[in-house]
Amino acid sequence: MMRLRIRFHKKGKVRFTSHRDVARIWERTFRRAGIAVAYSQGFSPRQKLSFGLALSTGHESEAEFLDVEVVDDRYCAREIWDRDRDASPAAEVVEALNAALPVGIDVVAVAPIDKGESLQQAVVACTWSIEIDGIDRADAEAWVADVLSRAEIVVERERKGKLVIEDLRPHVHALDVTGVTETGVWLTADLGTQPRALRPTELLTAVYPPLVARSVCRMNQWTSQGTDREEPLMAPVVPAPPAKVLA
Amino acid sequence: MSSLWSELERVLHEVQKPARYIGCEDGMTVPDHHSGAVAWLLIYPDTYEIGLPNQGLQILYEILNERPDAVAERSYAPWTDLAEVLRREGLPLFSLDTHRPARDFDVLAFNLSAELVYTNVLECLDLAGIPIRTASRSDDDPVVLVGGHCAYNPEPLADFVDAAVLGDGEEVVGEITEVLATWKAGGGGARVDLHRRLATVAGVYVPSLYEVTFAGGRLQGVRPSSDAVEALEVVEKRTVADLADWPYPKKQLVPLTEVVHDRLNVEVFRGCTRGCRFCQAGMITRPVRERPTAQVRSMVAEGLRRTGYDEVALTSLSTADFSGIEQVVTETVADDACGQVSVSLPSLRVDAFTVDIAAEIQKARRTGLTFAPEAGSWRMRQVINKLIREEDLYSAVESAYSQGWRRVKLYFLTGLPTETDQDTLGILEMARQCVEVGRQHLRNPSVTVSVGGFVPKPFTPFQWFGQNTEAELRRKVGVLRDELKRDTKGYRGVQLKWHDPRATAIEGLLSRGDRRLGAVVEDVWRSGGVFQEWSEHFCLELWTEALERQGLTLEEMVYRHRTEDEAFAWDHLSAGLHRDFLWQDWRDALEAVGLEDCRWTPCYDCGACTGYGIEHVVASAVPPAGGSQGTGQDLASGGEVPVLLIARPAQRQPVPVGNA
Repeated sequence: MMRLRIRFHKKGKVRFTSHRDVARIWERTFRRAGIAVAYSQGFSPRQKLSFGLALSTGHESEAEFLDVEVVDDRYCAREIWDRDRDASPAAEVVEALNAALPVGIDVVAVAPIDKGESLQQAVVACTWSIEIDGIDRADAEAWVADVLSRAEIVVERERKGKLVIEDLRPHVHALDVTGVTETGVWLTADLGTQPRALRPTELLTAVYPPLVARSVCRMNQWTSQGTDREEPLMAPVVPAPPAKVLA
Repeated sequence: MSSLWSELERVLHEVQKPARYIGCEDGMTVPDHHSGAVAWLLIYPDTYEIGLPNQGLQILYEILNERPDAVAERSYAPWTDLAEVLRREGLPLFSLDTHRPARDFDVLAFNLSAELVYTNVLECLDLAGIPIRTASRSDDDPVVLVGGHCAYNPEPLADFVDAAVLGDGEEVVGEITEVLATWKAGGGGARVDLHRRLATVAGVYVPSLYEVTFAGGRLQGVRPSSDAVEALEVVEKRTVADLADWPYPKKQLVPLTEVVHDRLNVEVFRGCTRGCRFCQAGMITRPVRERPTAQVRSMVAEGLRRTGYDEVALTSLSTADFSGIEQVVTETVADDACGQVSVSLPSLRVDAFTVDIAAEIQKARRTGLTFAPEAGSWRMRQVINKLIREEDLYSAVESAYSQGWRRVKLYFLTGLPTETDQDTLGILEMARQCVEVGRQHLRNPSVTVSVGGFVPKPFTPFQWFGQNTEAELRRKVGVLRDELKRDTKGYRGVQLKWHDPRATAIEGLLSRGDRRLGAVVEDVWRSGGVFQEWSEHFCLELWTEALERQGLTLEEMVYRHRTEDEAFAWDHLSAGLHRDFLWQDWRDALEAVGLEDCRWTPCYDCGACTGYGIEHVVASAVPPAGGSQGTGQDLASGGEVPVLLIARPAQRQPVPVGNA
């Protein structure tokens, strides 16, 4: 048995699939790729896959992660993974998975990991790239400054049928206008994920005037804070596959 | 390329389940549209989840895309939220494969699997920006076709379609493509001339070339117009002689989002001659054409490898009758190359479900088990010619429980000809006995009973029967519910579900309706009546009010028994079945006289083979091992079963075609 961590992108049309859809796509992908995966015991055996933080339907990502328990003899010896790039099975696994995945879902890295914290527990923050239409740079910067100057951003939301009051401000680790488009701007936001992940769209609508995202892409998931912060698996360990044309 | 994707992706976040609209399935074709190719848009007029698995549509999609003179894409009815957004944004219905506007295709071909989708056909046409009525279409508008089982009586949709196609589509889509390719190459022309050309293709019915006459508020007949020389007196269905020639789909579509029947599906045979009298599918798809066992095995193995599915369904109208059933199930489960695979067998006859099959299919994951006794008494089952005995059901259920199943589902019909409350109550007695059988193997066995109201269908012996009224069906459901309440302890483990009798009434209306219903369908659609097969959208009042506006009633159109010589709206169409055969079978039904399965016994000349010069393709001259034991349909088992078989002169010896 070997525990592997996979990093993948989700872009283009497939961004409209749900987190649950993606899980099912992965189950079929391992079978199609001919990579043997461990199954749970019990009445209805399932592949042992664990996913990180759910990505909202419709958002893109360059930093999705998946842990899988592989029982395939070819990949179970730890030492083969420690060889240098050409001798490591990483490239072969990435290629086999990408051949079996739908257009838009692309594996960029794979590596063995030790059993430890789940992805969901390990990640403390995500970096998001958010495209906003209908706003110019000055207004966007004023909006960002307003958010950052607030001591608290209180919202009410329903959770398990009860109304709860939450302060979103502690989850906003960083926020910046990082570019302009023909019709708007790019924002980059670092948002906390513990104890629960703040979604970018929540932040955009929590402060007046609310902003509407044209597109949202998760760029990173971080397992630590600070300047030397790390991701669950850095990309790319192997060269990214040639870009498929997103029809 | 005229892709609407950049417009669509800006609005898809507004709708539920946007993955319904993205395409991107494995197995999808991105066709190369060119002027020499006839562009087909194959539309399933229900949601993606229901429509994507449809095998008929997938088969035609592949066959057309393999042709140099055709391209095919797919579309499904957009849910009401997207329909609203499309209208707001001025966007049309689109294909999923390349997101092209529907109007850019030469043909819009609808699959009609159920009556209640008819208003969705109009919705799709309107969203496509095409006049819903054929008479209002210009010469440049796409050709609108319908096919599928409901196309055997297309009269309720006759005003909206250019043509209806009867029977198996594999060959006829190519012939239609050739007609349209020639038409396009010649620069097109008047729509009526195109209609005439389409009418020359066997199996293609062009309603605009026929005149419908009425007398005294009743249909008199549907006959070719005097100037329509191409229109035949009777349009005959198409039948592919040998399924072995059509190993499709070769690349079953694998959706990225959840759909019904989300698994590999391999059709093991087409047609069924068990002769259940309520079953339109069994009547119109004759004769039985088995796929060679070796081909089934390779389609299963290759399909599992290619798709990554861990479940395969062996599909047909009665899968346990397949000659190669045990071999295919055993080999599939044993095939290590595919990992843990579960096999599901829809349409199981209880008389053919054995412990062996149960043991095999439960090796990986237990799929749901559904049996369809259809009626609660032996007398009733003789009337409908579903000759399975209670012992057969109990032994099948025993097989299931003994192999670890905890729940079985039983399907029944109510509102059958000659049905009494005693017959109806027999449903619960059978369910109770099944729970009893289960108690010998586990503590809390459960049986789910689904009861559907019977809808008489064209080209069946029951086409003369006056459907039970909505009130009567409601009363019968009440009889069952009261009985469960009377003895809650005695029926512990039995769950009852039933189909809405109001929807059954409208299914009946459209099933045997004539061309006057076009105005009703349009009226309901204009009043917002879409997705009528979805309980949250179904609205009986829309239909009854529309009927009233047309001066029509359910009593006259649905609930009335019809006479032997009465004209049907489908008399000018044919599934090969002789009308006198169907009438005799109807009379036999009323006397509870059974009829054997002609695939293993002499031919009684229903017309489905003899009329077309084709015959059964079965690998075995006798029922498969374990199948049909003692049902009376298996003549080899002797006459121990109290079923009266009709002696009819043998017209033809069954000819098994060795194809193993």
